[in-house]
Amino acid sequence: MILTEHEQAMLDGKMGEGVKLAMKILVAVGEAYDAPKMVPVTRAHVALSNQEADLWFAEKLVNMGAVCTIPPTVNPSFNLEQFQCITHIDPEDEAIVKRTHEAYKKLGAVLTYNCTPYLEANVPRFGEITAFSESSATPFINSVYGARTNREAAQSALCSAVTGVTPYYGYLLEENRKGEIWVEVEADMKNDFDYQMLGYCTPKFTGFKIPVFTGLHNPSKEALMNLGAQLNTGGNVALYHIVGFTPEASDLETAFHGEIPKEKVVITNEDLKKMRKELTDPSGKIDFALFGCPHFTIAQVKNVAVLVEGKKLAVPLFIMCSASTRNLAKQMGLKNVIEEAGGYLMADTCMDQPSWKFLYGKKGVTDSPKCAYYTKRRDMQFVIASLEESVMAALKGEI
Amino acid sequence: MKEFSCHKISEGLAKGEILISKDDFCFYLVDPKTGIVIEPQHCLYGKSIAGKILVFPNGKGSSVVQADGMYQLKMTGMEPKAMIIKNPDTTLVASAIIMETPLVDKAEASFYETVNDGDLAEVDAARGKIIIL
Repeated sequence: MILTEHEQAMLDGKMGEGVKLAMKILVAVGEAYDAPKMVPVTRAHVALSNQEADLWFAEKLVNMGAVCTIPPTVNPSFNLEQFQCITHIDPEDEAIVKRTHEAYKKLGAVLTYNCTPYLEANVPRFGEITAFSESSATPFINSVYGARTNREAAQSALCSAVTGVTPYYGYLLEENRKGEIWVEVEADMKNDFDYQMLGYCTPKFTGFKIPVFTGLHNPSKEALMNLGAQLNTGGNVALYHIVGFTPEASDLETAFHGEIPKEKVVITNEDLKKMRKELTDPSGKIDFALFGCPHFTIAQVKNVAVLVEGKKLAVPLFIMCSASTRNLAKQMGLKNVIEEAGGYLMADTCMDQPSWKFLYGKKGVTDSPKCAYYTKRRDMQFVIASLEESVMAALKGEI
Repeated sequence: MKEFSCHKISEGLAKGEILISKDDFCFYLVDPKTGIVIEPQHCLYGKSIAGKILVFPNGKGSSVVQADGMYQLKMTGMEPKAMIIKNPDTTLVASAIIMETPLVDKAEASFYETVNDGDLAEVDAARGKIIIL
């Protein structure tokens, strides 16, 4: 790789050991992908995970004196204060959340603890080169905004935040953003939940190719969050196009960079139904409802509030969202409505965290296949249903 | 003794027994206490990767689980001594450097034709060499 004088100085350790390590990793990534050079990034998002390796690397960088030159936003761990009000948190879990917080604070990260930074705190412009990790974030900024990021690992995104550069390869290059397979959606796409299923089942037909969708009409931002998150969970798809809607796909020809699509698949109502059947655990009595993977928007919080207003939930209902959405919900009276029904708004929290131990071994309902996918390892069962059906189930205690 | 060229990703020199995986590899699906693969459908299911030179095509799994899996193996000393990969990904590259495990790619085609499970081999990442002893 050809490095600039400044980049070489970073690699040689002239800006400190932490910067040197970060640069070493980025050069290795670049060489593995035959990148000719580094390019500057102007934004970064780190999928902080509050797990052992994450903490270990963050502390290692801190101890080596690294500070972020591009302060990244970060993913959630769990909100210690809020959880301590509703459950017991083990001392080791309390310790790791505090240490992770300290490490990222010292690195100079913007402590948003939110997995949808692209909606509020870290919004790139068209064509902007960034380093984003987090499976719902990379497809959203690549596809919906036309910004450019590779499917970064949490660690490589943090290295870019420290050094301010990323290797020039993959989705950063125009020619690699070309659509590779045409996906004609014949399914009705009645609600945002159908986009969850579409996202999860598309890679079963398209593999890791960049899909170009037709037949989707003005999806909401929530539908797009769902589509991207599931595409990147069901497969490793961090870029898609929607003809007549996303900025690099004004028409079919543009999406395929003037080439004739070589492959086409059709996705029907039947496919979405089949996908849901495959993903969901059997119906029956449930113990809880869990939403917000990815973090809920204020519109989704409002949908829940409208459904539960004046009623009593049979099982606890948890919504994960950003601190700013929670605050907004409070100002709008929605938080109060949900709490009076027996629900909770948990800020700054991911479902893949040990704070949910009190739900292990239990069965819940959720609208997100990604939520169910990650918690399989933690012995939680999930019935997957649309948001409306899930809330109704939480009111009844069964589905 | 046969020598093959390769390309350094993560530096280091290691000698050990070759273990070949034809399936993609997720380090989270390995028991950190023993180094034994616990993924039932995997071709190495029930075998230990501890102290081996692991030859595999691709990594798989999210950056969080892959890094965490390698970290736990490192902490128990059950990690592979070196890794030879066909298609490196961002997560694996970053993790190997952070964990200081030698990792090479672009091994010449004749290496793959020659290598067998159980061969004693040396990976010299810095010099870009794999030697089957």
